[in-house]
Amino acid sequence: MKILVTVKEVATVEDEFEIEGTEIADRYLGADLNEWDDYAIEEAVQLQEAGIADEVVAVTIGPEDCEQTIRQALAKGADRAVRVWDDALEEVDLLDVGAKTEILRAVVEEETPDLVLTGVQSGDDSWMATGVSLAEELGYEWGAVVNHLEHDFDDGVASVRRELEGGVEELTEIELPAALTIQTGINEPRYASLRGIRQAQRKELAVRSLAELGVDESAVESEVRLTDMYEPESESDATVWEGSADETATQLGELLREKGVAQ
Amino acid sequence: MTNVLAVADHRRGDLRDVSYEIITAGRQLADETGGDLHLAVVSGTVDDFAEKLDREGVDVIHTVDHGEEFNHDIYAQATIQLYDDVAPQYVVTPNSVNGLDYAPAVAARLDLPIVTDAVALDADGDTLTATREMYGGKVETTTELDGPAVISIREGEWPAAEGTGDATIGAFAAEIDESEVGSTVTGFEEVGGGDVDISEADLLVSVGRGIEEEENLELIRDLADALGATVSSSRPIVDNGWLPKNRQVGQSGKVVTPDVYIAIGISGAVQHVAGMKGSDTIVAINTDPNAPIMDIADYAIVDDLFDVVPALIEEFQ
Repeated sequence: MKILVTVKEVATVEDEFEIEGTEIADRYLGADLNEWDDYAIEEAVQLQEAGIADEVVAVTIGPEDCEQTIRQALAKGADRAVRVWDDALEEVDLLDVGAKTEILRAVVEEETPDLVLTGVQSGDDSWMATGVSLAEELGYEWGAVVNHLEHDFDDGVASVRRELEGGVEELTEIELPAALTIQTGINEPRYASLRGIRQAQRKELAVRSLAELGVDESAVESEVRLTDMYEPESESDATVWEGSADETATQLGELLREKGVAQ
Repeated sequence: MTNVLAVADHRRGDLRDVSYEIITAGRQLADETGGDLHLAVVSGTVDDFAEKLDREGVDVIHTVDHGEEFNHDIYAQATIQLYDDVAPQYVVTPNSVNGLDYAPAVAARLDLPIVTDAVALDADGDTLTATREMYGGKVETTTELDGPAVISIREGEWPAAEGTGDATIGAFAAEIDESEVGSTVTGFEEVGGGDVDISEADLLVSVGRGIEEEENLELIRDLADALGATVSSSRPIVDNGWLPKNRQVGQSGKVVTPDVYIAIGISGAVQHVAGMKGSDTIVAINTDPNAPIMDIADYAIVDDLFDVVPALIEEFQ
């Protein structure tokens, strides 16, 4: 079985930051592997270690800068990676679900995996929709918000649990090929070992342009436009206790006694 | 195209609250586009659901009587056929776990843009403006698109529709192609049972990412012992396996309503807040004065939990 995992380098934001236009100023941004994708990689690598997956391929859309992040997927055990980038993507400030789907579809059609794993969402723009959209475009089955996957795939079926609201899980059988969006908590993502990091440097990381994938440039023109970004107005009317830790702890202690919940 | 088609959410025989919220959001859009609000309810006891959904503002309710529980293949097929029939400007679904399991497929098959997790909407002429959050709620954004679209709305952002309506209720004869149904829901399971029911506690000390290391949880346990409180947590602590699922507060965990909720090192993501906003008094201990938890806190200590918590333990020993 071949597994393709879509991964993304996401921007992380410091507690204090400034917005310039429709972007957070660069100096307040860091970069990290999308948290949800980390779980998707781990799930794929575990399937490989269990002898179920023959190959794990990581795919990302991103500029050269993100290669260090994508190599984390290789360091954790993915066999090779594909990075899609193109001049046409340089100027795009928001890549919507439709545009991402078009790009990733071309890669999946080339790779023809049995299973596509994606994170439920990305920590930055948080669309939560690309995995299911991709499945539909490919004619794959799918499952969203999966927090458990049985590793036997009897009769070409993935037995999953979907994490619903309110502490309820849904048990679902999904025919392969399928795309699953992976929720955090499904496993315990490993840290990349030093050996893994060294090996990752030697693994293949192919760079593909839109033309090479047969994707028309117009496909990346998002139908959704980002028009404004601002800090939400604080609705806080909290009483902020000031002072040393001892002083604030005393104030909290008084409140708890007053409420009769602690003695 | 001026109509709006909204799709209700239900589970195990009950409509979910968001089904009434989606009426409010859908009505708002229908007023702005000058069309009718069509509501769809797919699978389950649809006639009973339709009666309950007939609240003020709904023009038409379409029932699709097919199967008992949510199945994304059936929802997707039914919604697409309704789209062809109703020809709406917008299809509105909840941004629930189930909404996320079919709305993107509907958008893809209809070749429509999708905007997910909207917290505010404004339709003007052919242009839709949707407000969304990015970076875990640190910023809000407005996005625009032209023409028809699929929109998923965040639960709890629009008030539930009330009153009694006079909608036209009718069965919609969706033709479900069973050969296209490749997923089967085989059951449900409640998770997070066990020794402690955090939803019964009067005082919760709840811990989040700010605790940094598993060993540091001991500090929170000591605090709970000193106060006679119960320990709960936000999602990352459970994801890390540091506490069992029955301690998780939030959308996918438990809803709690203690007399006092002390949020320690919890930033207050919307999914967490959904589970604890009904607490009588909320106290936040966090180094970030702009953390979203501050918006719902009654009292706040902007300081390092590793200084404040030991001081509080001492106070009660």
